[in-house]
Amino acid sequence: MMQAEQPVPYMERTRHYYRALGYPSDYVWAHFDDVPFARLGKPLSQARIALLTTAMPPDFKGVKKVWSGAVSPPPAALFTANLAWDKESTHTEDRGTFLPIEVASELASEGVIGGLTPRFHGVPTEYSHRKTMTEDAPQVLARLRDDGAEAAILCPL
Amino acid sequence: MPTVVIGSARDIVEHCGVPRFVFTDFPLGNPVGHPYRRDMQTEIVRLALGLLETAKAPRTTVQAPFAWKEDPGWRERYNRIRPEDRERLLALGEERRRQRAAAAGRA
Repeated sequence: MMQAEQPVPYMERTRHYYRALGYPSDYVWAHFDDVPFARLGKPLSQARIALLTTAMPPDFKGVKKVWSGAVSPPPAALFTANLAWDKESTHTEDRGTFLPIEVASELASEGVIGGLTPRFHGVPTEYSHRKTMTEDAPQVLARLRDDGAEAAILCPL
Repeated sequence: MPTVVIGSARDIVEHCGVPRFVFTDFPLGNPVGHPYRRDMQTEIVRLALGLLETAKAPRTTVQAPFAWKEDPGWRERYNRIRPEDRERLLALGEERRRQRAAAAGRA
């Protein structure tokens, strides 16, 4: 029997990489002792689901902020070049690999979920915990509530 | 707001702590499945939706039952540092810091 492969240790790799770049101090990743847990509260087949991505819009010019796009029609491509996904091992040409609008829409039409919200939302990837916690997360939550989302799926790149 | 993460950086997500997590053991960039594999992407999204229904407590992780493709070197590749990379990486870092200082000076 083959031994299970170990997951890639991204924190250790990134720590060593940035030391090799000569940065004097290590990044501190977010950690929470208490993690919230909200129950769905209704059958999945009745629930309205929202999709969240860390990609930026196709016309991204460099200012990172929360943004929203329509699921119908779905965007052909999103901007992912500024994110640290594994550019040597794969690509992001198939948007379904990180923002599965078509799959989720199909599951909605099959009755697996009640429906998809009319918008998906994009969240910037920031070094600053403060910006994420005090600016971006509340904005995303407000947009989710505006859309009547009852649950959200986040697929970070 | 009930949430579930579908992601491929298991250590980062579990260090943070999230309510529900489907871990896909793929190179970063394709958390929901192999490119152009709608069947696999559907199964992974189904797994995530299932966690919305069945997870009982925060920090629930499920690993999707899919491997990456035939590419044995992918795990070692990300942010790897070989001895011959060190000089180049240090120069790259110095250039980045120089550019950032210049940009800050213009702001």
